[in-house]
Amino acid sequence: AVVSTQSTGVIDYAVKIRVRPDSLGVVTDGVKHSMNPFDENAIEEAVRMKQKKIVKEIVVASCGPSQSQETIRTALAMGADRGIHVEVPAGTDADLQPLAVAKIFSKLVEKEKPDLVILGKQAIDDDANQTTQLLAGMLDWPQGTMASVVNAADGRLTITREIDGGLEDISVSLPAVISADLRLNEPRYATLPNIMKAKKKKIEKMTPENLGVDITPRLKILNVVDPPVRQAGEKVPDVSTLMEKLKEKGHL
Amino acid sequence: GGVITDVSLLLPQAPSSVNVAMFGCDTFEKVIRTFRLARQSMGEIVSACEFMDRTCMKAVNEQLSLSSPFPDPHPFYFIVETSGSNQEHDMDKLEAYVGRVFEEGAADDGVLATSKDQAARLMALRENIAPALKQLGYNYKYDVSLPLGQMYSLVEKVRKVLQSVEGSHIGSYGHIADGDLHLNPISPRYSKAVLGMIEPFIYEEVAKLRGSISAEHGLGLKKANYLKYSKDSEVIEMMRTLKEVFDPNHIMNPYKLLPWK
Repeated sequence: AVVSTQSTGVIDYAVKIRVRPDSLGVVTDGVKHSMNPFDENAIEEAVRMKQKKIVKEIVVASCGPSQSQETIRTALAMGADRGIHVEVPAGTDADLQPLAVAKIFSKLVEKEKPDLVILGKQAIDDDANQTTQLLAGMLDWPQGTMASVVNAADGRLTITREIDGGLEDISVSLPAVISADLRLNEPRYATLPNIMKAKKKKIEKMTPENLGVDITPRLKILNVVDPPVRQAGEKVPDVSTLMEKLKEKGHL
Repeated sequence: GGVITDVSLLLPQAPSSVNVAMFGCDTFEKVIRTFRLARQSMGEIVSACEFMDRTCMKAVNEQLSLSSPFPDPHPFYFIVETSGSNQEHDMDKLEAYVGRVFEEGAADDGVLATSKDQAARLMALRENIAPALKQLGYNYKYDVSLPLGQMYSLVEKVRKVLQSVEGSHIGSYGHIADGDLHLNPISPRYSKAVLGMIEPFIYEEVAKLRGSISAEHGLGLKKANYLKYSKDSEVIEMMRTLKEVFDPNHIMNPYKLLPWK
């Protein structure tokens, strides 16, 4: 299998976000970064599949600046076998968009020839939820996105997907691309012996150029703003006043 | 007793890098070793060192559905939290510390939180002990300080005393860096008989080990009469004399701290 952590690591979801003074993004300097939560689910699923002997080897790949190594190490400490770091210069990683990531991954798939690619369903920095779908399209492989249950039998996978209307079950043949949703599993902690073992595991380094991929962004961010401040409400003394106000504002 | 006339707040900068590691230890001696290694390898960034025993872990697992990070149970657990200003440095120190613990066999298992969420979940196991233990029955709560090496010996003594009481438990946890032990003998319902078995027994044992009968929560109303286990009578009389000077009408914090005459 090939699993990805997709990105350099995102701002830890428990951190309070602040918009940059130039309104072109959010403040990332000195802010705690952690593995994208959905990527944690992806790696956890791969490790479980390996424990059940459905998968033989887990390769974790991440695209980003040197800090990406930390997320790769976390994945190795969770049980991945080796890592691939596709290095993108710091500062330009904010411009690394889903299309570019999908292209990089399709080249990695050509190289590694996995039977299964598991990604997190979306990165919590851009919430794009596109990479999996783009990759599946490029590879012409079946996809199971927003997976909350994955079962393997007879060379096929049955996947339960979380969709707006409820849950949908699909069956796909291998090789396939899956994206992990939050309820797929509870990601494990990095245990002491595995943290030690992870230090000895290999991380291969390469660049998008090595893979022949042009990562120039196609989309430009024009503006980033805070959501509007919530306006104070109005208290009314009784129900008749409430009805009056609602009529006044055209809600009745 | 006293009157507050002015308050200033000195607010330190919140640390930007907070990390948590938790260990499972099969003996209390290992808890001490793991704790000492933490102080040695990471001294200045250590912000909390807590231990908890199997009874406490079981309680938070079963009563509050908070899961343990370890697949196997251990008699003791040790949590260390670091706070600093540089995530990379702190992680390096933590990884080096964790490596040492592993190589020296100071702990039997360990995990390192890799995100804020995991760190919060590990700390939650410690922070929810009191409400979890409450579900097991009536808690007779003791907060004592003891020399590090003796901390758990008291728990074993109390366990022996309570052996005959059906449905009793004893949960203990604490701020190990301060030698502070929160001791919670538990019986299904409040019982004067059970209370008599453990008190003043616990205070006597603490006094024998030259510890303090009230480590952090003060003496207040309930423990005022036990001050004699920590301070001798001449000191108590001196305290009383001083208080008479400032509070001849006994209106400041009455009945607290000093034994009732």
